[in-house]
Amino acid sequence: MSHEFVRQIAFEPDHLNRRGGWMSRLHLDPWLLLLLFLIMGGGLVVLYSAGENGMAIVQSQALRIGVGLLAMLFFAQLDPMLYRRWSPWLYLAGILSLVLVLLFGAGAQGAQRWLALPGLPRFQPSEAMKLGVPLMVSWFLAQLSLPPRLLPILMALGLTALPGALIIAQPDLGTAVLVIASGLAVLFLAGLSWKLIMLMVAAGGASIPMLWLFVMRDYQKERVLTLLNPGSDPLGAGWNITQSKTAIGSGGLHGKGWGEGTQSHLDFLPEGHTDFILAVLAEEFGFVGVTLLLVLYALVVIRCLYIASMAQTSFSRLLSGGLAIIFFMYVVVNVAMVSGLMPVVGVPLPLVSFGGTSIVTLLAGFGILMAVHTHRRMLES
Amino acid sequence: MSWGTLRNTSQERELFQRRSFVAIIVVILMTGVLIGRFYYLQIIEHETYTTISDRNRVQVQPVPPTRGLIYDRNGVLLAENRPVFSLTVIPEQVSDMDALIGEIRDIVDVPPGDVENFRERLDERRRPFEPVPLRYHLTEAEMARLAVNRHSLPGVEMEARLVRYYPYGRLTSHVLGYVGRINEQDARRIDQVAYAGTHYIGKTGIERVYEKELHGEVGYQNVETNARGRVMRVLEREDPSPGQDLTLNLDIRLQQVAHEALGDRRGAIVAINPETGGLLAQVSTPGFDTNKFVTGIGHESYAELRDSLDKPLFNRATRGQYPPGSTIKPMLALAGLASDTVTQSEIVYDPGYYELPNSSQVFRNWKRQGHGDTTLYDAIVLSSDTYFYKMAYEMGGGMMADYLEHFGFGTVTSLDVRDELPGILPSPEWKRRVHNEPWYPGDSVNMGIGQGYFLSTPLQLAATTSVLASRGERHAPRHLRYIEGDIPARHLLPDVVRPPVEMASESDWEYVINAMEDVVHGSEGTARRISPGLNYRMAGKTGTSQVFSLEGEEYDEDEIAKRMRDHALFVAFAPADDPEIVVSVLVENGGSGSATAAPVARQVTDAWINGFPEVLTEQAVPGAMDDE
Repeated sequence: MSHEFVRQIAFEPDHLNRRGGWMSRLHLDPWLLLLLFLIMGGGLVVLYSAGENGMAIVQSQALRIGVGLLAMLFFAQLDPMLYRRWSPWLYLAGILSLVLVLLFGAGAQGAQRWLALPGLPRFQPSEAMKLGVPLMVSWFLAQLSLPPRLLPILMALGLTALPGALIIAQPDLGTAVLVIASGLAVLFLAGLSWKLIMLMVAAGGASIPMLWLFVMRDYQKERVLTLLNPGSDPLGAGWNITQSKTAIGSGGLHGKGWGEGTQSHLDFLPEGHTDFILAVLAEEFGFVGVTLLLVLYALVVIRCLYIASMAQTSFSRLLSGGLAIIFFMYVVVNVAMVSGLMPVVGVPLPLVSFGGTSIVTLLAGFGILMAVHTHRRMLES
Repeated sequence: MSWGTLRNTSQERELFQRRSFVAIIVVILMTGVLIGRFYYLQIIEHETYTTISDRNRVQVQPVPPTRGLIYDRNGVLLAENRPVFSLTVIPEQVSDMDALIGEIRDIVDVPPGDVENFRERLDERRRPFEPVPLRYHLTEAEMARLAVNRHSLPGVEMEARLVRYYPYGRLTSHVLGYVGRINEQDARRIDQVAYAGTHYIGKTGIERVYEKELHGEVGYQNVETNARGRVMRVLEREDPSPGQDLTLNLDIRLQQVAHEALGDRRGAIVAINPETGGLLAQVSTPGFDTNKFVTGIGHESYAELRDSLDKPLFNRATRGQYPPGSTIKPMLALAGLASDTVTQSEIVYDPGYYELPNSSQVFRNWKRQGHGDTTLYDAIVLSSDTYFYKMAYEMGGGMMADYLEHFGFGTVTSLDVRDELPGILPSPEWKRRVHNEPWYPGDSVNMGIGQGYFLSTPLQLAATTSVLASRGERHAPRHLRYIEGDIPARHLLPDVVRPPVEMASESDWEYVINAMEDVVHGSEGTARRISPGLNYRMAGKTGTSQVFSLEGEEYDEDEIAKRMRDHALFVAFAPADDPEIVVSVLVENGGSGSATAAPVARQVTDAWINGFPEVLTEQAVPGAMDDE
């Protein structure tokens, strides 16, 4: 124990805390904050070019970033123990909202995703479950000695699958997959045995035909088919992918220059300021710009995983590690979609795409991570 | 808190750190895969996507030249280009054309005829993404309404185009002709490259004859377009060379005088300056408003013009072939004198008819009781048929044809008149060739008074009379007076190519011309009724052209009576001693030349010699579609 204690003291980044004394008092992690600012700052630069209204859209996004930073600051102040205590209640509230959505939810485009409760702003419970599931699974597994045994694993899978099923029923396959993945990520970090991982990958592979036959809607199948052969309908469903790849490819090594992207400025590229903003960046700043951004994302994730491994409690470790992996998953899904490696699903590029909810949720998540990192006790309970 | 087992926290931490390490490896690998994907797209396939991107945005667009203007001899604009705002549709960008047309019709009025034309144009061959016009002549209010609704009308554009406009459309219908949309027939005869971007082409008249000069040369521009095909900026441009402006010999004032002189009657007038061959007026009535043809005439309006009994589309001045009747007598007289068939003083007794020698066949004079003793001079003044029957019989068809050919009968004499017909100058050789029949003496007799097989156009009558007026000099009739630009008009239209008609004695010209003066000024001249008030000497000759048959169709009794009447003819020039103007007049079913055609001719020569009384007013309607 004493050895453990010494090690913890040694790893405790006092030098960092000392160097940024005010930062440590604000419970902020300077490295993570620097990386986030670089990404969001670069995002605003690209957004200026991608948006049609010049500064207006940049100001609007900057405002959202400001709100997100306040949320981050707030969540960083809370003791991780608080999150742990609230986890089951948050989860339950989330499940309840999902049921309410199915019963009374407001629909858009054939799917019921929004819940408008009296006295509360309209919100998507499925979005909240992106945080709710990792919190709950971390809470559950943190009470056990790890690696978990089979029964707890099955229970953790159940905790993940329940909201997943409710979200599929809305139907919103994309969000459901991400929510389920967040639960699986926590399970992986908790030490799910490699045998079981292999088994689950195999089961996942086998379930694809079932998904195709029974779960996926026609428009979803169309997106997959389009990915496999974008030329089949170049003006219809394949348009986004074709134009996005054209924008990326024509950018070359150095890009066409800021504001010089013809694909985006001549409206060939749809959704250039939201889901496809990476294509704008690739066109105007080239391979160099894209690589820089992807490296920044990787550094963010690595920093987060480092924070996770330094965490003092099992709950903190699992939660912050899970959030790090989820963040990376968003990045991969969006980048793969924009570059034509995955079907078109509506996932924005984290911290860069124009849009409010996404950026506030993400920054709140980083606030939790910072809280984990900066609220330390000398001894474990 | 725990489920009963003792926890080994350091072991759990190490497990977590191992898993984190695996996750970091996966993150690095995945990042590598994604970077690899971008390396493939941006470095390896860069060329391919650059090509696609440029093809997306850059388009080569032809820039049509501005069509040359047409002026009359006094610089009055006869054909101009006016900017017209039209509503066009790019069919490639429309998914449901019927629905779109319905929506457009909710916003602006589109007559059914326009929709019909639009659908026809859709079926025609055209360049991809070329806008197809649906409605022309948008008003300001309509443009504003469309602009407001444009976001909900994909593929709909408003376009300012220069559209040909004829301020005197009805007056100049048969001279200038008109331009129209390039149809498939036109497309075959033109250079597609030179006409890339050009929408209109000369269809008839001057517009057709001088198409090459009026059209100009096409320019090009590389433009950057957005995803909806809208031009964002011009990258590179080579300007077109505009078409050349033409100045015609035509005097629009004289054209109007001639037009009004004919009034509601069907007929034609051609006026020539005998010193140059320049066509001062060329009228065929009824005319039609050529502006309707520019943007595409509706089926109904066209059928109405085409099927009208009055045949307004028919250019009587250049394509109407009529027996020239007695109007050729002065020229035949010269032929008789030149061939020594007759002499100036020889007297022939006219009993009112001519009996073919060795035959019982009798040819009647138009005046039953005859003119008694007549010289050749009298025969012209009184228009004695008998005298000319006899002379024609003696000369024979071959010899008459030889002489008349010098004046220009039986051939196309003009240089730049579109689709002029040559008429028929009959001869024994011609009859054998065309009808495979021998020439009878009776054919010669009929030819002597310009009947039988003989056919001529009003333009030809003016041209041949012009040779007479200028005492044998032959200037081919022409419209073009001056062309702006590098090519002088004389290069396009070589001047006199034919040697003058020569007579054995110069006095023969004056003898015949004096007789023609007495046709008008003499107390017994057939056109003496127009002489009162004439302040200059006018030489003329009346003629009557027999109507042989009616072409099919059913007419009511009155119509038959009207349309069976003879055509009235008159040829004239003035002043007789030094002619400034030659006129030929045809009035279909006008009866006698003296009563109907001669007064018309005098109105024209009066205006030319004494000046124009009124200020000209534009006749055509401002918007061609307004009165449909």
